[in-house]
Amino acid sequence: MTLSPASERPAAAALPVALDQAAQRRRERLIGIVLRSASIVGFFVLWYAASLLNAHVWKLFNPVLLPPPHKVLEAGIELTLSGELVRDIGASIYRVVMGFLVAAVLGVGVGTLIGRSRRLEQFLEPPLELLRPIPPLAFLPVLVLWFGIGEMSKVVFIAYAAFFPIFTTTCEGIKFVDVLLIRAAQTLGASEREIFRYVVLPAASPSIITGLRVGFAQCLFVIVAAEFLAADSGLGYLINDARSFFLMSHMLLGAAVIGLIGFVFNTALRRLEARLLRWRVDARSGG
Amino acid sequence: MTPPPKMPPKIRIESVTKSFDGATLVLDRINLDIVADTLTCLLGPSGCGKSTLLSMVAGFVQPSRGRVVVDGMEVRKPSADRGIVFQDYALFPWRTALQNVAFGPMIRCVPRQEQITIARRYLGMVGLDAHADKFPGQLSGGMKQRVAIARALANRPSVLLMDEPFGALDAQTREQLQEEMLRIREIERNTILFVTHSITESLFLADRIVVMATRPGAVKEVFEVGLPYPRDRASPRFLDLERQIKKLVREEVLKLGVN
Repeated sequence: MTLSPASERPAAAALPVALDQAAQRRRERLIGIVLRSASIVGFFVLWYAASLLNAHVWKLFNPVLLPPPHKVLEAGIELTLSGELVRDIGASIYRVVMGFLVAAVLGVGVGTLIGRSRRLEQFLEPPLELLRPIPPLAFLPVLVLWFGIGEMSKVVFIAYAAFFPIFTTTCEGIKFVDVLLIRAAQTLGASEREIFRYVVLPAASPSIITGLRVGFAQCLFVIVAAEFLAADSGLGYLINDARSFFLMSHMLLGAAVIGLIGFVFNTALRRLEARLLRWRVDARSGG
Repeated sequence: MTPPPKMPPKIRIESVTKSFDGATLVLDRINLDIVADTLTCLLGPSGCGKSTLLSMVAGFVQPSRGRVVVDGMEVRKPSADRGIVFQDYALFPWRTALQNVAFGPMIRCVPRQEQITIARRYLGMVGLDAHADKFPGQLSGGMKQRVAIARALANRPSVLLMDEPFGALDAQTREQLQEEMLRIREIERNTILFVTHSITESLFLADRIVVMATRPGAVKEVFEVGLPYPRDRASPRFLDLERQIKKLVREEVLKLGVN
């Protein structure tokens, strides 16, 4: 064996280290997957155990109160086949999306106007600050009386619930744009309008997008309540209707479906956010 | 009225006084004429109002009394003819390096293809061709400042204002950028007003050094450097001037007391 030159030694030593790190990363990822799966499996096992043990061994409470998971699945299949589930999901999503769009337009619009003008902010701040702490649900019965039990009352209610998070974050984002960026744009010849379009809006976009995501979560949060009170379709209606007939598995199914919808939408919105704000993600990980 | 001089200065600062809240006097009757195509350094310790003076030439801030005149016109607001480079880069983080440099041409409504050609030329001038598509967040401090310089130059401003542009960079990067600054200056021929608190930096770059007094900010002394470029930071003449200026600046620092 010949002696390798001294200069090669660090490289030769670095290689196993790099392999080591790759292996370590793989192991970390694997542990993560195992833990996550274990918690989901564990959840269902516990549910099963509680339900079956109660029904057959301990009889602590009425078994009707906690059906095993497969009963919920059966309810899902039954309602899917009858078309009810799809109709209710469609109705809820329609209302959420409509209400959200109204809230997005108004929230971003008003937030931008107020963020731009201190006078307007002084003028509109008191009523907005008085309205903000009132839970949207407090207005639901009033809205139903005003707009009837049709789609209108639900859309207005959801729009109202989502308005504040969107409005607030937009307003903050517009107000706190780095003054150096504005000065830089001024010395590059940009007019007020161009500064708004090319500097203020993009600088505020992370806040606006965060506000939209929070607003959307808020929509999903309140839709069920709106459909409890006055509706003949939707997931809230499904739950409330099942309550009248003591259909535990249908009630749990409704809740589970809402959870799933929320999860899917939130994941999609986070992906969209990461894509739109690619520059910001880069800034965080880049060196 | 007195007859106008043969060669009017590019920038004329006429007894400019600035006080904040009508009380704190930041700058006291500054008079300064800056000839076209020269590089002038405003040198002084922090708090001497040199950045405020630069902001007034840029048009961000108005003098309390007196006026700033560029090309015979009083400065009232920022203009694309006076480009600026900030210490903190102020790049648009959502635009790539190329898009940052293309910002000025885009505002001037230059056709899209030409915007890119211009931006590439200036990125090339600062040695960043390979990083055109990176976002500022992916660039080092020195690279960001190169992009900021290219962005300011891409508009072909006749005046280039630099506000401690290399202050946040490490010593090696700073010297490298100083050298490139001189090279670029030969090509672009802007009138440069450069704010710094580094004596060595001002001596390496400037045709003329304006040493500022503090409390209130005023012109203490003006040095015509007169050394040929490229300058050797270790030459006897350089070191001698450095010593002289250091003495002046130290007097001003002492005036500020412990801070």
